[in-house]
Amino acid sequence: MPDPSRPARAYTRRTVLKSAAVTTAGTALSPAVALAGATAPSVIAPGESAEIALSVNGREHVLTVEPRVTLLDALRERLGLTGTKKGCDRGECGACTVLVDGERVKACLTLAVMRQGSDITTVEGLADGDRLHPVQEAFIRHDAFQCGACTSGQVMSAVACIREGHAGTEAEIREWMSGNLCRCACYQNIVTAVADAAREVGR
Amino acid sequence: MRAFGYIPVREPAEAVRAVRRAPGAAFIAGGTDLLNLMRDGAQRHEHLVDINRLDLASITDSTRGLRIGGLARMRQVAEHRSVRENFPVLAEALEASASPQVRNMATIGGNLLQRTRCGYFRDAASPCNKRTPGSGCPALEGWNRGHAVLGGSEHCIAVHPSDLAVALLALDAVVHLLGPDGPRHVPMDGFHLRPGQAPHVDTVLRPAELITAVEVPRRTTAVRSRYLKLRDRATFEFAVVSVAAVLELRGDRVRDVRLAFGGIATTPWRSPEAEAVLRGAPLTVDAIERAGRALVREAVPRRHNGFKVALVQRALVELLSGLGGLR
Ligand SMILES: Cc1cc2nc3c(=O)[nH]c(=O)nc-3n(C[C@H](O)[C@H](O)[C@H](O)COP(=O)(O)OP(=O)(O)OC[C@H]3O[C@@H](n4cnc5c(N)ncnc54)[C@H](O)[C@@H]3O)c2cc1C
Ligand code: SF4
Ligand code: FES
Ligand code: FES
Repeated sequence: MPDPSRPARAYTRRTVLKSAAVTTAGTALSPAVALAGATAPSVIAPGESAEIALSVNGREHVLTVEPRVTLLDALRERLGLTGTKKGCDRGECGACTVLVDGERVKACLTLAVMRQGSDITTVEGLADGDRLHPVQEAFIRHDAFQCGACTSGQVMSAVACIREGHAGTEAEIREWMSGNLCRCACYQNIVTAVADAAREVGR
Repeated sequence: MRAFGYIPVREPAEAVRAVRRAPGAAFIAGGTDLLNLMRDGAQRHEHLVDINRLDLASITDSTRGLRIGGLARMRQVAEHRSVRENFPVLAEALEASASPQVRNMATIGGNLLQRTRCGYFRDAASPCNKRTPGSGCPALEGWNRGHAVLGGSEHCIAVHPSDLAVALLALDAVVHLLGPDGPRHVPMDGFHLRPGQAPHVDTVLRPAELITAVEVPRRTTAVRSRYLKLRDRATFEFAVVSVAAVLELRGDRVRDVRLAFGGIATTPWRSPEAEAVLRGAPLTVDAIERAGRALVREAVPRRHNGFKVALVQRALVELLSGLGGLR
């Protein structure tokens, strides 16, 4: 068992600085390099940082984080993927919803170090080049937002909701989209957009 | 959040050793409660031991019953075919919990060990006997609308918030543990502790003990079971009052009934008194109302939560008359 006081692969601030010079935090590396880090998460001592590999939208990233960095902060602050929003930072609003290995989760309630080796999809990874995802198109078509703060979370949640088979009726959509709040109360248009996208995806 | 160390583990015994040895260590499973507690300063840990890679997530179904791994996710259990067919109360309690995203992350073990939603407990600036023993309980005289009317003490009246635990209690489930001294198991009835003199202790779990599984004994009666959850909004909210019932009828008589309640007590609450009123009796609205009165006989309502006493009795009538085909 690893002795926490003597971590097997600890990073002091010095080694972090040194390695940062070689691989700037957040740079995409070749998958082979990144995967080596992804398969065996290592012990990190309190207050120290370590290099971890995250696979986001099909690209491998190596970044240097402390264990306390949430997946949400890693995406936004380290990888510059600010499409994922921070609303409540405590699991209550859904603005930070991303897909991990295809399932919707709240990025503010999980640590980046816990997601080494997972496939993460953010709203930036939904479109196919210039072609928007059917859920994104449906949100535009139905004017399913006002300020937009909740929208990327709604869209990510809707993609999973439809895939799970929970978008059959309006009532079902309301229940299964309940983890995503909208301060602008665009609920009716969101429900319509999700229902429409579900029909489209089902076709 | 304060800094902490990170220890990923692969084997259950390794996890137990890591939490026992590393100072201020805790397991982290889904992280959906722990990270909020740490962010709020309600709990501090120097090390988190990541148990997500342990091989404890499977659900197995046999003639003896259902064995749910401690790391099974809430969604996974709610979707399981045998759970839906044979233990509907369990699937219903899970699907009425949290949100789809949280249910994809949160585990069965973590759910049983989630901490109270009492606002004073979660606010590190406020006194609270559960968080800081001996500092007092502002809920007794303060805002206590969400608090318990049963099972409290003069030291704490906080409600245990788990829906899952209420369903498991009605199903006579057993919690399997692995600790530094080896494995043991504890019935759900007795797993959570009333606050008494020591409100900072929520459960019988010993230091470094890991929940490896929850076992639900198979009983044909559980097929007729249901969960009713009343909340302040239609969905994505904790219970104000909830009832889990497992009912077996012979003709119009109650052959057996098991009743557990959430939202009204300091622990998931089984009521032998209410069950005794119904067992062997014809199932009528009158009998259910008598059972409800037996349930709340010892209730100690506070300034803002007195409404729960009436509400839980009505919830019981609603649930059992539906389940028993009286309506
Ligand atoms: C917005 C929101 C709404 C919610 N609504 C509801 C609701 O309506 N109903 C409801 O019941 N719950 C609700 N919850 C609570 C949620 O169900 C719990 O947070 C979750 O089940 C905890 O599981 P976890 O795996 O994330 O645990 P973690 O947060 O990882 O851990 C919780 C605790 O359990 C310990 N632990 C975890 N696994 C084990 C194990 N196997 N052995 C020993 N110790 C362990 C940890 O050390 C920690 O102390 C809600 C949560 C959120 C964030
Ligand atoms: S009710 Fe319990 S948890 Fe809430 S303030 Fe009092 S002691 Fe703390
Ligand atoms: S920011 Fe994560 S749920 Fe609100
Ligand atoms: S569009 Fe403003 S919060 Fe939803």
